[in-house]
Amino acid sequence: MSVVAELQQMRKKPKGERRKNKDNRAGHLFLLPWTLGLFGITLFPMAASLYLAFTDYNLLQPPEWIGAENITRMISDDRLHNSIQVTFTYVFVGVPIQLAVSLAIAMLLDRGMRALPFYRSVFYLPSMLGSSVAIAVLWRQIFGTSGLINQVLEMVGIEGQGWVSSPDTALSTLIILHVWTFGAPMVIFLAGLRQIPDMFYEAASIDGASRFKQFFTITIPLLTPIIFFNLVLQLIGAFQNFTQAFVVSGGTGGPADSTLFYTLYLYQQGFNRFDMGYASAMAWLLVLIISAITVVNFWLSKYWVHYDD
Amino acid sequence: MTDSTFTSPTGAKSGAVTGTRPEKEMSVATASLADAATTGSKPSMRSVSNRERGIKATIKHIVMVLASLVMIYPLLWMLVSSLRPNDVIFREPGILLTTLEFSNYVDGWNALSHPFSHFLWNSAIVVFGSILANLVSCSMAAYAFARLDFKFKKPMFALMLLTIMLPVHVVIIPQYILFSNLGWVNTFLPLIVPKMLATDAFFIFLMIQFIRGIPKDLDEAARIDGAGHIRIFVQIILPLMIPALATTTIFTFMWTWNDLFSQLIFLTSPDMYTVPLALSAFIDSTGESNWGGMFAMSIVSILPLFLIFLFGQRFLIKGMATTGIK
Repeated sequence: MSVVAELQQMRKKPKGERRKNKDNRAGHLFLLPWTLGLFGITLFPMAASLYLAFTDYNLLQPPEWIGAENITRMISDDRLHNSIQVTFTYVFVGVPIQLAVSLAIAMLLDRGMRALPFYRSVFYLPSMLGSSVAIAVLWRQIFGTSGLINQVLEMVGIEGQGWVSSPDTALSTLIILHVWTFGAPMVIFLAGLRQIPDMFYEAASIDGASRFKQFFTITIPLLTPIIFFNLVLQLIGAFQNFTQAFVVSGGTGGPADSTLFYTLYLYQQGFNRFDMGYASAMAWLLVLIISAITVVNFWLSKYWVHYDD
Repeated sequence: MTDSTFTSPTGAKSGAVTGTRPEKEMSVATASLADAATTGSKPSMRSVSNRERGIKATIKHIVMVLASLVMIYPLLWMLVSSLRPNDVIFREPGILLTTLEFSNYVDGWNALSHPFSHFLWNSAIVVFGSILANLVSCSMAAYAFARLDFKFKKPMFALMLLTIMLPVHVVIIPQYILFSNLGWVNTFLPLIVPKMLATDAFFIFLMIQFIRGIPKDLDEAARIDGAGHIRIFVQIILPLMIPALATTTIFTFMWTWNDLFSQLIFLTSPDMYTVPLALSAFIDSTGESNWGGMFAMSIVSILPLFLIFLFGQRFLIKGMATTGIK
């Protein structure tokens, strides 16, 4: 069961059975490191950053309570608005395209493909390397003024441009990089496709359903839980992407803030300017945005995700 | 296509079967979800004639080969470019090498304040510390959640699931303050200690899934023989969950090796730089004048990942399938 399905099930039916708690001591002993981590490294810091969100704090002087000032500052911070826009564009363009490509390739690979393991490996490799600095470095060259893309374009007589140095196209290069790493969701789709019983297709063929129709009446409905899982996780992940924007823009989010991811702006505020109160407020806004999108996603899932059981 | 369904259903069947893998592998594929993800294709019962099928398959292969080339080309080109003089990189989009130039590797290795081996070593410390920490702490937590019955288990489990999705940004600032008060900034401790406290909950989840698949009779038999939880965990569960431990090892390696964000925050002096920081500093210091050296060190930096890809792929794909499938 996936994380997503597990959470859904939890919400659905609270278990009626009464617990005897027979392993109380052993249970809490085995969970001791985790419990320490939960309180010390997760819950306490979360509370602390909630507090810091209402302060002015730069590490040197003690935090100074400023009430909602960080919030009013966020409302009027144009760079913040821009970074939200950049991030939303990246997430809501990149993730759907990436998922569509990964599903399409998985579908093509699934049925009776001889060299499946080979292709799967080749498509998976980029998603393994995609979040590394090395690939971001490569991207910066490939889409640079005299980079690989322009060299190829030159061969066919088209004059290229500096893709990463132009505010109009820099973000697109990062979206392309995101789509390039479609291998991970593809592997999950492949595993999901493998679970659809053949008899459904056999029955549909006997009934005279075309392949096209089978795709929409069998494959897609039965795959919706997997699509949902991939969608939730990829959205959450994409909101937090950092490395590529940091390296491709040299840490600035440029040109003209066109690749200023939310996380990059947060990093700049918190760890370049040490404006930790404001950065904490930003971090909480990020949590709220991601939670809201995830909740909406779960709510919408009632209308399109099929669960047999 | 629909016509042939009625005229020759048997013909279609045999055509489909010849295009697939042996029966033996199929039984493996149906044995478990995770296995299904790693084995080959399953038979499809398409009502298409053999020849039509053959042509379609050929077209499909051509499309796939082209797609593979597009996907892999940037990587091949980076590898080839790392073996070329700097000026050639900017005018040669091809991947045919006429000469081999290893000077980029020598230049790149020594381009920063320390030889590149220094950064590789730092990364290795962080990575292996993280792996060890994750293996111990996550397997303990997973055993408790999967096998033991204790107070507050349900809310704790729910919290654990939620932390998987929690963005690190909301805890990183107080963590930074905490670790800097402890004097840990610019040491590897902030990168490893949280993992000793099982903060990578994804792996707990992965291991729980795995332990749930181990027959409970084994624990119970041991318990009747007088074994306590620690013995059951160490002597029965741990040896049986080696595949899950392998998956955890590989994922931790990959994520820690690639992680720029937290290393950027906690490691501030070049002496402590890891590979992602070194590469990032490289591109800052030489600007874009030394692509050859940069590519060479980039290749060096993804080499360990590539080795994992070659030898550990099975565990990667299995891990993703088990956590990704309902």
